Amino acid sequence: MSSQAPAHEDAHEAHHGHSHGHQAGHGTFKSYMTGFALSVVLTAIPFWLVMAGVFASPLVTAVLVMGIGAIQIVVHMVFFLHMNPRSEGGWTMMALIFTIIIVAIALSGSLWVMHHLNTNMMPMSPEMMKNMP
Amino acid sequence: MSDQTIDTAEKPEFYLTEDHHPENSTNLGFWLYLMSDCLIFAVLFATHGVLGRNYAAGPSPADLFDLPIVALNTSMLLFSSITYGFAMLQMERNAKAETLFWLTVTGLFGAAFIGLELYEFIHLIHEGAGPTRSAFLSSFFTLVGTHGLHVTFGIIWLITLMVQVSMHGLVEANRRRLMCLSMFWHFLDVVWIGVFSFVYLLGVLG
Amino acid sequence: MFSNPDLLKFVFGRLTLDAIPYHEPILVVTFIGVVIGAIAVLGLITYFKFWGPLWNDWICSVDHKKIGIMYVILAVIMLLRGFSDAILMRIQQAIAFNGSEGYLPPHHYDQVFTAHGVIMIFFVAMPFVTGLMNFVVPLQIGARDVSFPFLNNFSFWMTTAGAIIIMLSLFIGEFAQTGWLAYPPLSGAAYSPGVGVDYYIWGLQVAGVGTTLSGINLIATIVKMRAPGMTFMKMPVFTWTALCTNVLIVASFPILTATLALLSLDRYAGTNFFTNDLGGNPMMYINLIWIWGHPEVYILVLPAFGIFSEVVATFSGKRLFGYASMVYATCVIMILSYIVWLHHFFTMGSGASVNSFFGITTMIISIPTGAKIFNWLFTMYRGRIRYEVPMLWTVGFMVTFVIGGMTGVMLAVPPADFVLHNSLFLIAHFHNVIIGGVLFGMFAGVNYWFPKAFGFKLDPFWGKLSFWFWQIGFWFAFMPLYVLGLMGVTRRMSQFEDPSLQIWFIIAAFGVGLIALGIVAFLIQIAVSFMKREELRDDSGDPWDGRTLEWSTASPPPDYNFAFTPVVHDHDSWYDMKNRGYARPLEGFRPIHMPKNTGTGAILSAISVALAFGLIWYMWWLVVVSFVGLLVVAIGHTFNYRRDFHIPAEEVTATEGKRTALLAEQV
Repeated sequence: MSSQAPAHEDAHEAHHGHSHGHQAGHGTFKSYMTGFALSVVLTAIPFWLVMAGVFASPLVTAVLVMGIGAIQIVVHMVFFLHMNPRSEGGWTMMALIFTIIIVAIALSGSLWVMHHLNTNMMPMSPEMMKNMP
Repeated sequence: MSDQTIDTAEKPEFYLTEDHHPENSTNLGFWLYLMSDCLIFAVLFATHGVLGRNYAAGPSPADLFDLPIVALNTSMLLFSSITYGFAMLQMERNAKAETLFWLTVTGLFGAAFIGLELYEFIHLIHEGAGPTRSAFLSSFFTLVGTHGLHVTFGIIWLITLMVQVSMHGLVEANRRRLMCLSMFWHFLDVVWIGVFSFVYLLGVLG
Repeated sequence: MFSNPDLLKFVFGRLTLDAIPYHEPILVVTFIGVVIGAIAVLGLITYFKFWGPLWNDWICSVDHKKIGIMYVILAVIMLLRGFSDAILMRIQQAIAFNGSEGYLPPHHYDQVFTAHGVIMIFFVAMPFVTGLMNFVVPLQIGARDVSFPFLNNFSFWMTTAGAIIIMLSLFIGEFAQTGWLAYPPLSGAAYSPGVGVDYYIWGLQVAGVGTTLSGINLIATIVKMRAPGMTFMKMPVFTWTALCTNVLIVASFPILTATLALLSLDRYAGTNFFTNDLGGNPMMYINLIWIWGHPEVYILVLPAFGIFSEVVATFSGKRLFGYASMVYATCVIMILSYIVWLHHFFTMGSGASVNSFFGITTMIISIPTGAKIFNWLFTMYRGRIRYEVPMLWTVGFMVTFVIGGMTGVMLAVPPADFVLHNSLFLIAHFHNVIIGGVLFGMFAGVNYWFPKAFGFKLDPFWGKLSFWFWQIGFWFAFMPLYVLGLMGVTRRMSQFEDPSLQIWFIIAAFGVGLIALGIVAFLIQIAVSFMKREELRDDSGDPWDGRTLEWSTASPPPDYNFAFTPVVHDHDSWYDMKNRGYARPLEGFRPIHMPKNTGTGAILSAISVALAFGLIWYMWWLVVVSFVGLLVVAIGHTFNYRRDFHIPAEEVTATEGKRTALLAEQV
C-alpha cells in the first residue's frame, strides 16, 4: 500500500465508519423473551378491558386500548425489530419518524376533513349513519 | 503508483486507489419498502376510521366479532414472532438445522393464523355479513384481508428461503434475506396490533 | 367448438369483436399509422441486425445510464400521444360553436381528455423525471450504479408495461371517460360498467409498482453510495432535489395504490367504499386521491428545480447562490406538500375552518419556491451568462412558471377558488406550472446532459427554434384560457353555446399549432444532431465547463462510470477538482465489480401486461395463469445467486487509455 495521506484516510474512515454489517442490531434470548412477555401482558389487558366491560365509559376504554396498543408497538419496535437510532447511520429512525408523521397527517387529516364534509354535505345522526341502507 | 501519492499541502487526494465497496443497501432499502407498506395500511385504517360505523342497517361489530377467537389469532401471530426471533438467534450462531427448525415452527404458527382468519371470514360470509353488505364490512374485510394476504406472502417467502438455506447454507445473501423477512414478519405483527385494537376491540365498543 | 358460447365466454371473458373500434375513423387511421410505424421500426432493427444488442445490451441492461435513456425515450414517445390528444381537443373546442357539434362526440371527447391527463402525468412527466434522475444521480455522487440495479431495470419495464396497457385501450375496447383521477361514483361499477376505468386502474397500478420501487432505489443510492467526502451538504443540488423527490414518491405512491385498489374492489367485488348506498362515501376517494395528488405535483417539479439550479450555475459561470437555503427550501416544500391537499376540493363543502387552514398552508408553500427563484436570479447577477439552449429554457421557465405560481396563489384563496374551481382558469394554471416548470426543465435537462449520454451535443439552432415555438406557443395556447376561466367557462366541455367565446379558443388552437412546431423542431433537432454528430462531438467529457462530478467522466461514460471512486472535498466537486490540480489517473487500474444484465424484469413486466389484460376483460384463466407465472419467475429469479462479474483490469486500462489519447488530441 502506498503511504496514506491523512486526507485520504479521513475520507475513507468517514465512509467506512461502520462497514462491518451488524449495525442493524440483533437481539438476545433475554431481550426476545422480555419483549414477548411484555407483549402478552399488553395484549391481555386491552382484551380484558373490553370483554369484561371494566370501565363504564366506552370512550375511556377506547383511549386505553389505543394507548396500550401504541405502547405495544414500541415494544415490538425495540425488542423485535431492534430499532435504534444508530442503525443505517440513523436513517432507519429518520425514515420511521417521517413515516409516522405522514401517517398521522393522513389519518387525522382524513378524519377531520371527512367529519366536516359529512356534517356539511351528508348530515345525519349516528343512528341514521348506522341504519341508512 | 508513485505518481498518485499526493502532496497534501497543495493537491488533495481526488480519488481512491483501492477497491471501494459501498455499504450494502439491502437493509435500508427493505426498511424503506416497509415504510411504504405502512402507508398502504394507513389508507386502509383511515378508510376504516371514516366508514367503519356505516353499518347500512346491517350487522355491527358487536353482532359479529368473536373476541376469544381474535385473542387466539393474536397469540398465534405473537408466537410466530417469537419463534422467528429464535430462528434469527440460531442464524447468528450459524446453526443451520436449528434455524430451519424455528423457521418451520414460525411457518406453522403463521399458517394457523391464516387458517383461523379464513374460518372467520367464511363464517361471516355465510351469515350474510360479507364484504358487499355495507361499507363497514367492505372496510373490515379489506383491512384484515390485506394483512392476511401479506402474511400469506410471508409464508411463501419463508418456504422459499427455507429451501434456499437448505441448498446454500447460511451464506451472506441468505442472511440478508432472513434479515429482511424478519423485518417483514415483525412489521406484520405491529400492523396486527393496530388491527385488533382499532378494528376489533374498538369496533365492539361501538 | 367456437360456436359454444360458454367456452367463448370462458376464454374471452367480456372481450368481443365489438371491442375493436372499426367504425371510428380517427382510431382506424391511427391504427394504420401505428402498424406502419411498427413495421418500419421492426424492419430497421432487422436490417441493422440489432435484435441481439437490443435484447442483451438494452432490454436486459441493469446500467442506470441505459435505463435512464430508455425512460426518456418512453417519455418522448408518450409525449407525441398525449399531445395528439391535446390537438384533438383544441380543434374540437375551436369549432364546436353555433350549433356545430364538432367532430368528437362527448363519449369520445371524454376519453380524450382523460387519456391526455393520464398520459402526460404518468407516462410523460414521471418517466422524464425518473429517467433524468436515474442517469445523472449516480454520476453526480461518484457511484458506479444505483443500489439495486436489477430493481431499476424492473421498475423501467413496469412503467413501460403500464404505458402499453393504456395504449392498448386505444385499439381494444375504450378508455375511461372520467377525467384523469377517475372520481367515483362516475368511475364506479354502476356508472362506468365498461372496460375503460379498468384499463385506467391496472395501467396505473402496474406503473405504480415501478415508480415506488424506483423511489426506494434512489433514496438508498443517495444515502449509501455517495463518494467518500461527499457529505449531504456537499451534494449537488440536483441530487438533493432527487432525494426529496424520491422520498415524496415512497411516501405518497402507496396512497394512490391503496385508493385505486379500493376503487377496483368496488368495481370487481361489489364492495361499498365509494358507492352512493350501503354506507359508501365517494368524498373519501377524493380526499385520499389528493393526499397522493398534491405530493405528486411536487414529485414532478422538484427535479426540474434541481436541473435549473445546475444549469444556472454552469451557464452563469458562478457557484449557485444560497446553496444551503436551496436545500432547506426543497426540504420544506417536501414536508409542506403533505398539508395542502384539500385545496384541490375547496368546493366540496368542508366548510370555513377546514378551508381556511388549507388555504393558509397553500399560500405558505409558495414561499420556499419564491426563495428559489431569487437564488437563481442572484446566481445570474454578475455572472458571465452563456445563452446556450439549456439556459434559454431556464430563463423561459423563470418567467412562465412565476406567472403560473401567482395564479396558484390566487386559487389558494377559498372564496376565489369557489368561482375558479374547475374553470378553464384552473386548467391554465396547472398547465402553466407543469409546462413552464416541469416540461421546460426536462428540455433544459435533455439539452444539458445529452452530450454526456451520447458523446455529441444537440444542435443549438433547432434547439433554440424549438424553445421559441414552445415559449410563444405556450402563451398563445394558455393565456386565452385564463380569460375564459375568469369569464366562467367550465373545464372538460366539448361544445359551447356562447359565440363570443370562440375567438379565444381559436387563439388557443393557434398556440397549440406553434407548440406542435416546437415538438417537430425538437425531433428534427435530434435527427440533425445525429447526422452532424462529428461536428457536434464532445471529446472532453465536459462540454459546458461544468461543476459537478458527472462532467469528470468521458462522454459517454464507460459502463463502470469511474475507474477509481472519486474523493470529494467541497461541493461543486468537479469545479473544485479542476481548480486544485486534479490529475487524471493513468495507471494502477483494478478489476471492477459489476452486476450482470438480466431479462427477468422485462419478462415479469410482459406477464404483468397479460395479467392486467385478463383482469380488464374478465378472462379469469389468464389472470390465474399470469399471476402464477409472476410468482414462478420472481421466485425462480431469487434462486440465481450468481448475479455479478468483474471487468478485468486490462479492459479498464484499455478504456481509460483510449480516453487519455482522446484528451491528448484536444490540447
